[in-house]
Amino acid sequence: MSEVLSFPGHAPLKARTGRSALPLSVRQLTFRTEGIDILRGVNLSLESNDLTVLMGPNGAGKSVFLRLIHGLLQPSSGDIRWDGAPLSKAVRRSQALVFQKPVLLRRSVRANLSFALGLRGFVNRSARLEQALADSGLADLADRPARVLSGGEQQRLALARALILDPKVLFLDEPTANLDPASVLMIEDVIGRVRASGVKIILVTHDAHQARRLGEEVVFLHKGRVSEHSPADLFFNQPQSAEAEAYLNGKILV
Amino acid sequence: MQDFAHSFVLAGNLILQADAALVEIVGLSLQVTATALVVSAAIGLPLGAILAIARFPGRMVLVVLSNALMGLPPVVVGLTVYMLLSNAGPLGVLGLLYTPTAMVIAQSILITPIIIALTRQVIADLHQDYSDTFRSMVVPGHTAVAALLWDARYSLMTVLLAGFGRAIAEVGAVMIVGGNINHVTRVMTTAIALETSKGELALALALGIVLLLIAFAVNGSVALLRGAERSLVRV
Amino acid sequence: MKLVKFLCAGFLAAGIVLTGPGLTAQATDFIVVQSTTSTQNSGLFDAILPEFEEKTGIDVRVVAVGTGQALKNAANGDGDVLLVHAKPAELTFVADGFGVERLDVMYNDFVIVGPADDPAGIKGMTDAPAAMKQIAGAEAVFASRGDDSGTHKKELALWTEAGIDPADASGTWYRETGSGMGATLNLAAGKGAYTMSDRATWLAFNNKGNLAILAEGDDRLFNQYGIILVNPDRHPSVKAGLGQKFIDWLTGPDGQKAIASFKIGGEQLFFPNARGSTTN
Ligand SMILES: Nc1ncnc2c1ncn2[C@@H]1O[C@H](COP(=O)(O)OP(=O)(O)OP(=O)(O)O)[C@@H](O)[C@H]1O
Ligand SMILES: [Mg+2]
Repeated sequence: MSEVLSFPGHAPLKARTGRSALPLSVRQLTFRTEGIDILRGVNLSLESNDLTVLMGPNGAGKSVFLRLIHGLLQPSSGDIRWDGAPLSKAVRRSQALVFQKPVLLRRSVRANLSFALGLRGFVNRSARLEQALADSGLADLADRPARVLSGGEQQRLALARALILDPKVLFLDEPTANLDPASVLMIEDVIGRVRASGVKIILVTHDAHQARRLGEEVVFLHKGRVSEHSPADLFFNQPQSAEAEAYLNGKILV
Repeated sequence: MQDFAHSFVLAGNLILQADAALVEIVGLSLQVTATALVVSAAIGLPLGAILAIARFPGRMVLVVLSNALMGLPPVVVGLTVYMLLSNAGPLGVLGLLYTPTAMVIAQSILITPIIIALTRQVIADLHQDYSDTFRSMVVPGHTAVAALLWDARYSLMTVLLAGFGRAIAEVGAVMIVGGNINHVTRVMTTAIALETSKGELALALALGIVLLLIAFAVNGSVALLRGAERSLVRV
Repeated sequence: MKLVKFLCAGFLAAGIVLTGPGLTAQATDFIVVQSTTSTQNSGLFDAILPEFEEKTGIDVRVVAVGTGQALKNAANGDGDVLLVHAKPAELTFVADGFGVERLDVMYNDFVIVGPADDPAGIKGMTDAPAAMKQIAGAEAVFASRGDDSGTHKKELALWTEAGIDPADASGTWYRETGSGMGATLNLAAGKGAYTMSDRATWLAFNNKGNLAILAEGDDRLFNQYGIILVNPDRHPSVKAGLGQKFIDWLTGPDGQKAIASFKIGGEQLFFPNARGSTTN
């Protein structure tokens, strides 16, 4: 347990007090761009801290959905509420998103982290920073320009930068795509510890094994609609929708 | 052409002997233009960055304006500053006409639009990269501006060099507001104009060569500075 | 570290800005003299001003522009003393209250120069309008200042006397450069054109090519310089005391002697003729 608490230098992770960010409640969410409905009337309610895996074929709208519920995109219609409150800067400030293609600042690894740290009124910044470097295995690369890091190192830095913001909700958009097995393990380890500290995680992945390892519940998105929302065990053993079953069996979905 | 070869010999001699008049003129040129550049950068960099990322009514007007003003004719700037600083003008009491300060003002007016317009483009491009990340992290506006300026610093150096080049090579405006007074407001370009009008074409060209060498030296040292860092930081 | 390097660059720039003398140093006493490019280009000021500056400690800052611009600048109060060569305009300047009084200082003369092979055949003529009539008749290229300067005004007066309106030929054989004497001479040398120049600029000019003096010696080519103190009643910023000191010196024995002793290639360029206030 003490090991769990030592992760990215945030003592606050454990003793999370005050209002929880949940539940997330999405009603009739539609997102239309260039005349195409990318999401059409999505209804979803996430109530527990369980790690939610968001699955679905390419182009299903997973990334768009994350952006919408994080407040980076304006819905065409519908309603999104976090603990009853509409989206706002304050809500976004309590969340962090690791993008599918992370954008790192053109600075050193350390400067990327300290930039994020400087955004919130944290005390004890330098200790947090060193801790985050150590936890993400980037201590040796701290003074390297972030943009010359390998893909896996960049993913790790993007995750570390998100965690250093001490979010209550963490969105991860395919955080281990293109990584080698060791890096995948490392990141999954981090995710597990963050989950244990009480952070609500919504994870997008195409890796069914990863989803099984980490997921507690699964939301399956298909053609802009939620076609299934069930506990992970149920989803993987007895998918309720034909689309999810086809997807899990490797059948191409159009 | 004989004048041409002669000019190179003359330029070489002027430099090798560190000709006192030349040193004074070159010194004043650098001083005036460096000051104008500092002033323009202090105004133009933040303003350009704000124009790049802020959305407010009238923004497009300002963008078009700064782009258009890049082509300001120096003589028009010179005349305008002259009319302001003249004893018959509104700022005559300051007694700035025919001083290096007047030249700094003219050059600043000349290159600030260049710095604004080019900075806006550079920052807008980088912001396209950064904007989602910044919005996700809820980065306050002023922090975003500072971060974008810092991260675009290599491109912005080129922007500043463009401003420097235009300012130091400019003659029309500084001639009018500086008066080309010997030992007071004579800079490289006005000296070149003067020597040309005396028919001292070889000397004028020699001064032109010195001006070119200075431009090379300034650009070269910036390139070195950049190169040293680029070997570490590749975009 | 990068930061250190950037700070270094910043300090370097600031150093250049602040340590140089030009921006901060202000001479204790100085006057601004509005004068003409021809006077400056001849080298007269470089030759005579050091003597005055040494004697009085007053720094004389010469702004050399076309006569028209010099008159305008002085009328705006952007100068303490006006030294030009366009007598009618100078008298108007005083009459309009912009100047205190006009004094003769010196004179030189104008010469008509042109290509040595002289296509218009004016070589040796002493009647200036007649020579110009001949140039027009031959439609030989003539470079005019076209800048409303004292020299330009003189040239126009000669055309009028010759009964020719060169404006009709503008752009064909009559070329208006719209610039100073030096630039106009450069153009004439390059194009093999005729032009009219004050003798001082001509003598000091170093790009004569195959140009030569072809006509000179006409009384009507006389070129009188006058000096005027800008009216401090109009512009309180005018340094009347210092300006008057300069005028007194230039029109006094020492200044007149200095003018007379200024020579290029053994040839005297300006002839001092100050004799107190002129009344006409
Ligand atoms: N800004 C946009 N403009 C136009 N179309 C968009 C935009 N953003 C996303 N789309 C379209 O919306 C659809 C869903 O995109 P999204 O990125 O959400 O897919 P995804 O489910 O994340 O797929 P993947 O598994 O490949 O990452 C795609 O067809 C995409 O082309
Ligand atoms: Mg996606």
